[in-house]
Amino acid sequence: MITAQQPGLLTTVQDLGRPGYQQYGVVVGGALDALAARTANLLVGNEENAAVLEMAQTGPTLSFSRSTLVAWCGADFDAQINGEPCPRDRPVRVAAGDILRFGLARHGLRAWLAIAGGIDVPLVMGSRSTYRRAGLGGLAGRALQGADRLSCGHPSEWSQQVLEKLLASNQRATTWSVRPDTIGRPARVGVVRAMRGPEWEWFTEPAQQAFFQATWVATKDADRMGVRLKGPGLALAQPREMISSAVNAGIVQVPPAGQPIVLLPSRQSVGGYPRLAAVAAVDLRHFTQLRPGDPIRFEEISVVGAQDLLLAQARDLTRVRLGLSRLLA
Amino acid sequence: MTLDYFTGMQIIPLGDQALLVELGQTIDESTHRKVQSAWRSLAAEPLPGVTELVPAYTTVTAYYDPVQAVQSGAPANKIVDWLSDRLRDRLKNPPKTAKTKGCTVEIPVCYEGDFAPDLGVVAKQAKLTPAEVIKLHTKTEYLVYLVGFAPGFPYLGGLPKILATPRHAKPRMVVPAGSVGIGGQQTGIYPYATPGGWNLIGRTPLALFRPALHPPTLLSAGDRVKFRAITREEFFRQEAGA
Repeated sequence: MITAQQPGLLTTVQDLGRPGYQQYGVVVGGALDALAARTANLLVGNEENAAVLEMAQTGPTLSFSRSTLVAWCGADFDAQINGEPCPRDRPVRVAAGDILRFGLARHGLRAWLAIAGGIDVPLVMGSRSTYRRAGLGGLAGRALQGADRLSCGHPSEWSQQVLEKLLASNQRATTWSVRPDTIGRPARVGVVRAMRGPEWEWFTEPAQQAFFQATWVATKDADRMGVRLKGPGLALAQPREMISSAVNAGIVQVPPAGQPIVLLPSRQSVGGYPRLAAVAAVDLRHFTQLRPGDPIRFEEISVVGAQDLLLAQARDLTRVRLGLSRLLA
Repeated sequence: MTLDYFTGMQIIPLGDQALLVELGQTIDESTHRKVQSAWRSLAAEPLPGVTELVPAYTTVTAYYDPVQAVQSGAPANKIVDWLSDRLRDRLKNPPKTAKTKGCTVEIPVCYEGDFAPDLGVVAKQAKLTPAEVIKLHTKTEYLVYLVGFAPGFPYLGGLPKILATPRHAKPRMVVPAGSVGIGGQQTGIYPYATPGGWNLIGRTPLALFRPALHPPTLLSAGDRVKFRAITREEFFRQEAGA
């Protein structure tokens, strides 16, 4: 059993999302950085889709009633166990009575904490993800609160063996790590790759050029649905009525004011603004770490190029999975 | 049904994990029928790599996993072409099970008192009495073009033109769940208490979103809606029974 002594600013239970219900207006949602959540899960021997805790800006303080294995990935939080640093991107041993405190993010915004066995909340429409707008999934559809208690599923054989090894060698964490940033072919810092969107041609030539040349700035208008950027105004060549149609995470939509919004996984299922571009799926994770004022640039990539990145990421993840499973062989 | 039926259909990438199948350019019932029939044909049997099919006014969006598509045989550098061919094939030879008919759902609405704060506004701008507005609103059959924006929120078509009323310049901070509103040419029902700028003319005791049931929404794209006027007593009775 895990008890939340401090809930953190906005801590929610998330898995890889709730696909299959967009026709009913229910968004896919899930961990904003799926790669970080998957990696954290692999590091504690979970299924990649197991439920994790997503935290933002100020993380939770958790007390553990039993020993277990945890791992966290994402922003650079000041994480401590009983006052000692709790390293990122690797399996960490937690003993009964230990206090894991995340504190503030020093860089970036969000992190994902996996616990061996996965957080056990009921499946709602096939997912454990919290969907606050509809009040469903996770902890009764809401964020973590003080004194909340979380239980976990059964730890895998792998996770128990890693825990025993750490215990036998009296180590807090493994010496090796797996960083999500090294999986696949990551973008350069501050640059994300993006494709032209379905309404690309609707925009003026200067707008098209500005999109890929300007340095954009993240605004405080940001949540799990999307991030509004600030920069040169993006104008349509002529006023046009957009018929509401599907949007996806990564879509860059441009409302009449001309400032783009990058949609994140908890976006709504349909949108009515022209879709200028689409961020490559593998690079979307960078938007989940932007703070107001952070700069970001777009670099053009083809759909084939973006899919090649996704395939490379999948191949690397398979290697990580294999490597971890052989670790104890 | 042959490919001719979908003449002018276009398949356009929406990023690296979705394809838009565009079946028309305007919001009307004929495009809606094409969207519904294409959606049902595509959904009748699994398509390799396709994870979800979502209809809207003029499009069906096919969400897919490029990794799964490649595992199913798509050439790594031609995933879009490979998948587009399969979508086109399916629409050329739709399975016989594909149906296009939705059902008609009757929605009880109480058009009285504080449930209908803007009934007077709508009546005034239509130059009708409130009773005539209710009569017109309940006489009409509406089409659910799509469900989206929020869980269970229906985009309804068919509002009599005379009832069209501009949105409030300043939206209300809270519109109660079940509120039936008119916003410009559109009429709809708020599944949740949210901020909103539509003119509220009534409220239904029915839940539009019920996650424990399947389907989780009262209305699905392609359904027809008829409103039926109920008294306050009936509203509270139904709400308590729900």
